[in-house]
Amino acid sequence: MADTAVHTREGAEQAARPSLLNRIFLHNLSGKIAAIPMMATVLIVFIGCTVWTIYFSFTNSRLLPTGKFVGFDQYERLFATSRWNVSVTNLVTYGVFSLVFTLGIGFLLAVLMDQKIRFESAFRTIMLYPFALSFIVTGLVWQWIMNPTLGLQGTMRNLGWESFTFDWIANPRMVLFALLIAGLWQGVGFCMVLMLAGLRGVDEEIWKAARVDGIPTWRTYVSVVLPMMRGVLVTAVVLIGSGIVRLYDLVVALTNGGPGISSEVPAKYVYNYMFGGGNIGQGLAAATMMLVTVLIIMVPWAYLEFGGRGRR
Amino acid sequence: MQASVSIKDLSLNFGHVKVLEHLDLDIAQGEFIVLLGPSGCGKSTLLNCIAGLLDVSDGQIFINGKNVTWEEPKDRGIGMVFQSYALYPQMSVERNLSFGLRVSGMPKAEIDQRVKRAAEILQIEPLLQRKPANLSGGQRQRVAIGRALVRDVDVFLFDEPLSNLDAKLRSDLRVEIKRLHQRLKNTMIYVTHDQIEALTLADRIAIMKNGVIQQLADPHTIYNKPVNLYVAGFIGSPSMNFVEGTLNGDTFTSNDGTAMPVGAYEYIAAPTGETKVVLGIRPEHIFVGDAAADMPFKTEVEIEIVEPMGSETLAWTKIAGLPMTFRCSADIDINAGDKITVGFDIARGSLFDAGTEARL
Repeated sequence: MADTAVHTREGAEQAARPSLLNRIFLHNLSGKIAAIPMMATVLIVFIGCTVWTIYFSFTNSRLLPTGKFVGFDQYERLFATSRWNVSVTNLVTYGVFSLVFTLGIGFLLAVLMDQKIRFESAFRTIMLYPFALSFIVTGLVWQWIMNPTLGLQGTMRNLGWESFTFDWIANPRMVLFALLIAGLWQGVGFCMVLMLAGLRGVDEEIWKAARVDGIPTWRTYVSVVLPMMRGVLVTAVVLIGSGIVRLYDLVVALTNGGPGISSEVPAKYVYNYMFGGGNIGQGLAAATMMLVTVLIIMVPWAYLEFGGRGRR
Repeated sequence: MQASVSIKDLSLNFGHVKVLEHLDLDIAQGEFIVLLGPSGCGKSTLLNCIAGLLDVSDGQIFINGKNVTWEEPKDRGIGMVFQSYALYPQMSVERNLSFGLRVSGMPKAEIDQRVKRAAEILQIEPLLQRKPANLSGGQRQRVAIGRALVRDVDVFLFDEPLSNLDAKLRSDLRVEIKRLHQRLKNTMIYVTHDQIEALTLADRIAIMKNGVIQQLADPHTIYNKPVNLYVAGFIGSPSMNFVEGTLNGDTFTSNDGTAMPVGAYEYIAAPTGETKVVLGIRPEHIFVGDAAADMPFKTEVEIEIVEPMGSETLAWTKIAGLPMTFRCSADIDINAGDKITVGFDIARGSLFDAGTEARL
């Protein structure tokens, strides 16, 4: 290794500066050509559109992105709008519960599946099935189930249990948890499969060693196995997290933001203002705030994870 | 003296597959027993049964006179070392050693003292704060041994502990384990498929095949007086030469008609009349040159292949029409194509019944 490094540096000095352009463009040319489509996508779609979004969020554009620069006006209006503030609060509440319960229930189910049970693959399929449905279908199904007159509550009352109440979907205080039920029903199975793969990756002999050491099973899971599953946990958190931030279709299908504005979420706010309300400037300001929030969470984490030199 | 580990009539079935069958084994206090056999012979399974990691189908296991057949592994007074080390990867070496003790609620001072002692015995004190990922294979295995050591148990179980190491480390750590045994004088049960490890470490070797112990004896007996054809062929590298033939009185006649005197062979039970037998003779018991002249049986052979090994030379030839290897000093100059006289004494070899494959 060291030898080669020294060699390369000497070679570079001998060949000197003229070949610099040569090296940038011609060295490994086919590889660079192959990377062009992806690099173009990243530059134009990801970075370009982000810059475009941020720029027009500072204009007073309405139906078309043509307005003139108005500074932070859109942002002042955004934070003065109660619908936006409710959306953000909702997303934070939903996000925390969703993350905790998806990971918790997913891990618990994975542990149960890991007990060498019979018909494991059948259970796995059943658990994973909701994941194959789109959020729209999930939302519709749960809308029917939770509909106070047609769904579970109506059925139970018709059966004679007059006082039975399950009206979360119509209750502004509980509607978020109605969303959560549908969201968990859809997402937990996938999390379980991820966790199960992680559990299966743990060497059988680790378990044996823990048994010889006299460590209780639950303690082995918590102190030994969970820390070993760090990679799987990070994957799961990233997937669940991105699902939470872009939460939109489930809300549209299940509650459409209601009752009132009690189940609005930021992505829906952005959509409504851009395409429904004909207020591009306001929608883009909201979108930019979502981006900023994600960056505030991601940047410190990425720094911790990849920043320090010499760490794993 | 009371046996340290005693296994009585142990059987283990997985469904219809019989892995262990009516197995008996008594291990004395402080004895080093090696379970040796090819993969799938049930040696690791037996060890897991002793450790309590597998439930037995039938039979009993006693450790220090206590029936532990249905005890949890932690209550059996055993420590175990695994092939893959099985260290807890996210914990430092020190926590790896102390984790089990902490969980059991032992006072901190006692834990520290035990960890310190184990680290001192295994010379891993400088490594205590490191994570297993930052250790070499040999160091990891030391830590794994340390984790068994801090449990302060009477019986150590080793499940192929050196198989993941390279040849050099393996021989180093082998000596290390032997030293450890001499110092601690614990009972040790050691599973391996490596016959060198078995021969060098063991007080007694149990050679297993298909879930049955073929022979249980000290390394010298196993090597020189194998109890059947299987053991004879399994132990020794290069393996024993076999010649099929018939035994009649004091003469062994090979299938191609070469007659050899049996001489002072020590029979377990001398057969009467004509018997089909297999003669086994170790490569180092075939002599060349002056030494061959004194042997009861001499013949002229042509050398086919010579393998110089540094300290000795291995030669391939044919005796009685069958391929044979013999070992000789590296000082003797032999080359492929040479015709030389070799000789051996059947009394130093082994005779097996061709039918039952048992030693005669």
